[in-house]
Amino acid sequence: MSADNSLTRAQCNNLRTVAAMIVPASDEYKVPGADDPAIQADILATLGRDTKLVVAALDHLADLAGGLLTELDADRRDAVALVFRKHGGAAAATLVRVVLQCYYRDDRVLRSLGLELRAPFPKGHVLPDGDWSLLDPVKARAGTLRRAP
Amino acid sequence: MKDPVDVLIIGAGASGAAVAWSLAETKMHIVCLEQGGWMNPAEYPSTGRDWEAKFYGEWSSSPNVRGRPEDYPINDDDSPIKVVNYNAVGGSTVMYTAHWPRLHPSDFKVKTLDGVADDWPIDYDALTPFFEENDRMMGTSGLSGDPLSPLTHPPMPQQPMGLSGAIIGKAMNERGWHWWPSDTTVATMDYEGRARCINLGHCTPACAQGAKSSTDITYWPHAIRAGVELRTHCRVREITTDENGMASGVVYYDKDGVEQFQPAHVVIIACNGVGTPRLLLNSASGRFPNGLANSSGLVGKNLMFHPYAQIYGYVKEPTDSNRAPPTCLWSKEWYDTDLSRGFVRGYGVQFVRGAGPVFEAVVSEQKGILPWGEDHHRVFRKLNGHRLGFSAICEDLPEEHNRVTLDPVLKDSHGIPAPKIDYTISENSRKMMEHALARGREFLETAGASDICVNSPIPWGGWHLLGTARMGTDPERSVVNEWGRAHDVKNLFIVDGSIFVTSGGVNPTSTIQALALYIADQMKQRLANLFD
Repeated sequence: MSADNSLTRAQCNNLRTVAAMIVPASDEYKVPGADDPAIQADILATLGRDTKLVVAALDHLADLAGGLLTELDADRRDAVALVFRKHGGAAAATLVRVVLQCYYRDDRVLRSLGLELRAPFPKGHVLPDGDWSLLDPVKARAGTLRRAP
Repeated sequence: MKDPVDVLIIGAGASGAAVAWSLAETKMHIVCLEQGGWMNPAEYPSTGRDWEAKFYGEWSSSPNVRGRPEDYPINDDDSPIKVVNYNAVGGSTVMYTAHWPRLHPSDFKVKTLDGVADDWPIDYDALTPFFEENDRMMGTSGLSGDPLSPLTHPPMPQQPMGLSGAIIGKAMNERGWHWWPSDTTVATMDYEGRARCINLGHCTPACAQGAKSSTDITYWPHAIRAGVELRTHCRVREITTDENGMASGVVYYDKDGVEQFQPAHVVIIACNGVGTPRLLLNSASGRFPNGLANSSGLVGKNLMFHPYAQIYGYVKEPTDSNRAPPTCLWSKEWYDTDLSRGFVRGYGVQFVRGAGPVFEAVVSEQKGILPWGEDHHRVFRKLNGHRLGFSAICEDLPEEHNRVTLDPVLKDSHGIPAPKIDYTISENSRKMMEHALARGREFLETAGASDICVNSPIPWGGWHLLGTARMGTDPERSVVNEWGRAHDVKNLFIVDGSIFVTSGGVNPTSTIQALALYIADQMKQRLANLFD
């Protein structure tokens, strides 16, 4: 087992590799990939109740890859990913969700999306009240409530 | 042994809180037992950066996923719609969208009007004063005067239209279809000690600001000040009866897991359309071998969910995303029966303003519209903050094969048999859902949306738990009478959604609470001869 007491070194390796396949780094958008060390650390630190399914997904990936994904060429890795997504079931869905939920709360990623780096509370957000004259056609059309006997 | 109480209420959610508050003025000794505890708003998801991730775990709407000690498991393997709820002081009002339509007057007379299901034994007018009272207590916002909805008088103005509302309104106008600002229980101004909404975002899983009304911050403080005793972390196992067939009290497990017996002169059940039949069936005895109050055989039957047909897409303009309460507008364009549509009855629509980034990424990946690899970033930026949705709440008609029974194996943490759900979507509902999806697609196309996706039904959409202990005047065709008293047990009352005869096509909480207040009022009027 690795230091986090949840995943083996091989499982961590495959997690890193598949995370980068889901969300690679991008120079264009100036964002890290999901294999970034800080994002990987967040994933491992917050696996919690998802650990069992994520481990199952990583074991499934290892079976499909015959070991480490990094040891496959790109085409073979893509083929493994296709099968994994198609047949991985709840375990695969959980793994992908865990990667995405940690990726899309990373400061660098949120900044790139133009989102504020904060919890919703206590500042909240301001909404435009809008132009309620849009309702005028509805009022003009009226209509009636169906009456009950 | 504990001293008997005058009134024992089981459940501190939407209906239990309302009935407790209303009965408090009688100065009877009233105790409420709630299996959950008091919520701490400082721990609500929106107070943390990981607010979205919590929806997939400890703040999931599904008790089976959440698995808190306060929850009980539900076997819903044999249902395409999974039960969602919340167990705490406030019940599922802690975790709901706060959308606040009422059933329509016509919903109470479906047999007379459309020849299906059954009429209710009461009509809309009987509930009108209680709708009004409940709106004041819960604190509603909205715009009076919707031509296609019952007249309401919300004490606060409607929510802001926001970016999404304007897009929705324009598209609906172009189609010539009805839309209107929703009545909601989101406070748009400071109200009765509650702070106004500051748009924390998707407030379904509880509101840290306290702007969204839940009964732990509305009814309960008033009821407790008036003398009602609320015992938390107390899970009721069964209702006991005496030699005369009257309810004598309840057996429950207290916060330390110790079995207790609480005698009572009157028992009121407020446990929702799944919890209530579960409790009645678990209260079987020699005198009531098929479950308490079940001489009709209808306890647990006629479960109605409201299948949701949801369709959504992505517009070029930015939408409100996670920067607003999830719903702000409704449509009643297709609410009433029009047989040319190929089905009877109809549906209400609630529009969806958008989604947060994590939810957007996870769901879009699952739907196959957000790719892995290099193109992920470009596509995500096209989707995120541009979602617009159309959700039809389809009226589910009662069918006896849709039911709640006791699971022969599954038990909760106290060893009490858990409920099992058997439910199928009817042909009428399927046609209604298809109709709604077609209208929703037209709406989205008019709004200029692309990448259109469908959830039909919304699988985790079993919010509305109705019909499993229906009211009526005929003891052979109903469980409680026209004022909520069990036909078989004259000091046993039910006040939650299980007594609905039909479901209407709207969110039911407003009507559930109006019914609870109505039943409390009926009880107060009959105190001298309540058991006759």
